[in-house]
Amino acid sequence: MLKQAIENLGNRTIQGVWRIGFAARFFVAILLHSGTAFRRFGLTIREMYFTGVLSLIIILVSGLFVGMVLGLQGYETLQRYGSESALGTLVALSLVRELGPVLAGLLFASRAGSAITAEIGLMKATEQLSAMEMMAVDPIARVVAPRFWAGVISMPLLAALFSALGVFGGYLVGVRLIGVDDGTFWSQMQGAVDFEQDILNGVIKSVVFGVAVTTIALFEGYDAPPTAEGVSGATTRTVVTSSLVVLALDFILTAIMFRGLN
Amino acid sequence: MNRTVLDLWVGLFVIAGVGALLFLALKVGSMSTVNSADSYEVVADFQNIGGLKPRAPVKSAGVVVGRVADIRFDNEKYEAVVTLRLDKRYAFPKDTSASIMTSGLLGEQYVGLDAGGDSVMLKDKDRIMITQDAVVLENLIGQFLYGKAQEGKAQEGMPK
Repeated sequence: MLKQAIENLGNRTIQGVWRIGFAARFFVAILLHSGTAFRRFGLTIREMYFTGVLSLIIILVSGLFVGMVLGLQGYETLQRYGSESALGTLVALSLVRELGPVLAGLLFASRAGSAITAEIGLMKATEQLSAMEMMAVDPIARVVAPRFWAGVISMPLLAALFSALGVFGGYLVGVRLIGVDDGTFWSQMQGAVDFEQDILNGVIKSVVFGVAVTTIALFEGYDAPPTAEGVSGATTRTVVTSSLVVLALDFILTAIMFRGLN
Repeated sequence: MNRTVLDLWVGLFVIAGVGALLFLALKVGSMSTVNSADSYEVVADFQNIGGLKPRAPVKSAGVVVGRVADIRFDNEKYEAVVTLRLDKRYAFPKDTSASIMTSGLLGEQYVGLDAGGDSVMLKDKDRIMITQDAVVLENLIGQFLYGKAQEGKAQEGMPK
């Protein structure tokens, strides 16, 4: 009984290390085989339609609502201290620095990441990937790399749209609904949000999240057991793992970027 | 390779994304980090800088003319050395004074510049000679109490 448990634990640990090593090799293989994704850019554009354009609705609507909630709650707290003029700063800084990249990353993982895993897992289960190899087409170059670059390009655009719509939502609630002064809202925001320190760091964050989420999604699909059960398990793992990785990476990046700032 | 409807959608998506980035860069943020190309640095020593932080604005007559680039502690004079990065478009006389002020009651602290009357202008790496420290509330209260006590003594000592 105990021996069995220890054996299981050891087996799982070894399997985990094995998977991490394979994932790292997989990531390097994607980078090495990226040539096709750029030479035949049509492939990447096709994937950008599925990962980027089809994620637009959920990103735009969530961004708008997150911004509106920030406007309401921020006003509620700030007016206690008589500084509701700082509402623009609060909404813009929290969106551009944290909420934009992180929430867009989480939504991207559940909207596009799960789809990528299911698609590639099913391709593997129905032996389409092996068929390509038989025809001397490298599936990494033909299937995986275009999806990777599509995700990496789409993610910062989605995060920027999320932040922009969020600021607009905060403006709608703060200025139009509650009646914070229009001029102070924008000028305080512009005074506090710095292009290099805040916006550029937010974009860097979203690129990192894009790389992480797409790599995890592609790897889980590629590594999925070729059964219906295996694909469904891999899809779940994609969403769980990439959400956790996005949050953990966000903490690390924030610690690096914004430490030492006020 | 033919153009497809897909390309149109992806193109719209990319334009919208870049547009959002531009909106963030121009409307939400400001290109406030003054480039080193069109700016010059001056140094000012303060006994006490209060809550001044790097990147705080430098204002003259209420207009932002630069930012605080760096704050160091001089271990020989025991003073704070504040480096101000000013926009090249604005030149200030040599006898300009710098003071640390607070915007509003609980607002952020900034450096205020009061232009002097000298005909020689401040150049890069120059030092502002006249500075005024940040007001520390405890010192202010201390002075007030001390002043009150002195007043009381003076009244007691007066012949009736």
